[in-house]
Amino acid sequence: MKLDLLFDFSVNKENKTVHIVREFNAGLDLVWKAWTTAELLDKWWAPKPFNAKTKVMNFEVGGRRFFAMVSPDGQERWFIQKFTSITPKTNFKTINTFADKDENPELPGSDWDLNFSEQNGTSRVSITIKNESLARMERMVESGFRGGFTKGLEQLDELLVTLMNK
Amino acid sequence: MRRDIFQAIADPTRRAIIALIALQAMTPNALAEHFDTTRQAVSKHLRILTQCELVKQEHKGREIYYQLEIDKMKEIDKWIEQFRKIWEARFNQLDELLATIKKQKK
Repeated sequence: MKLDLLFDFSVNKENKTVHIVREFNAGLDLVWKAWTTAELLDKWWAPKPFNAKTKVMNFEVGGRRFFAMVSPDGQERWFIQKFTSITPKTNFKTINTFADKDENPELPGSDWDLNFSEQNGTSRVSITIKNESLARMERMVESGFRGGFTKGLEQLDELLVTLMNK
Repeated sequence: MRRDIFQAIADPTRRAIIALIALQAMTPNALAEHFDTTRQAVSKHLRILTQCELVKQEHKGREIYYQLEIDKMKEIDKWIEQFRKIWEARFNQLDELLATIKKQKK
């Protein structure tokens, strides 16, 4: 298994933009599916031991994904991802907002632009998040991360060892 | 209301103020000389930076000096690093999922 997959992460504080690029050791069909199917998203979107729970998902222009990050003690933080543009297996754009459990959004949100491509069986996902605020980043960290990350890393280490011994 | 630090540093004048007071503590009047703007406008920027706790005031005699809170600036980087780690963890899980699905298909 190829483990040296590209991961680029940069934050432009001046114009409040986050750039993320990541390669995946899988074909575009599968990677696109993993990013656009609720059942698959729920399996990886929340860093362990948090869980992602998608309540509504219509992957179409004007549609939305309404989902929660659930903490180990059952606390739910809700998010809305509204799909504003979709070019299959190439690009999709969303407006992301925090929400309450009744799907009332907390505006303003951030604008996401996700690009997908494939080369020699490796897929590349390039994400630009605009209008991200530090306050929102803080909340994101709290809702899907705090206390959970170390555990997630340990799980990953174990997985990597298992894979490399194969 | 809690201010967004990104908002604070998104403004070019405020970034210039941060750059100036990073070198030495300055009074609003001294700062205003560096800008083509009123002393009131500079004071307003300083107020926003103070609310974000990016600068602190120090009284020396009748003058108020503004000084940069270096630790707060570092805190911003710390938050960004944590945010990056969320993405890292998330992507590692996706790697795992993709590998599992590929194995099932074989």
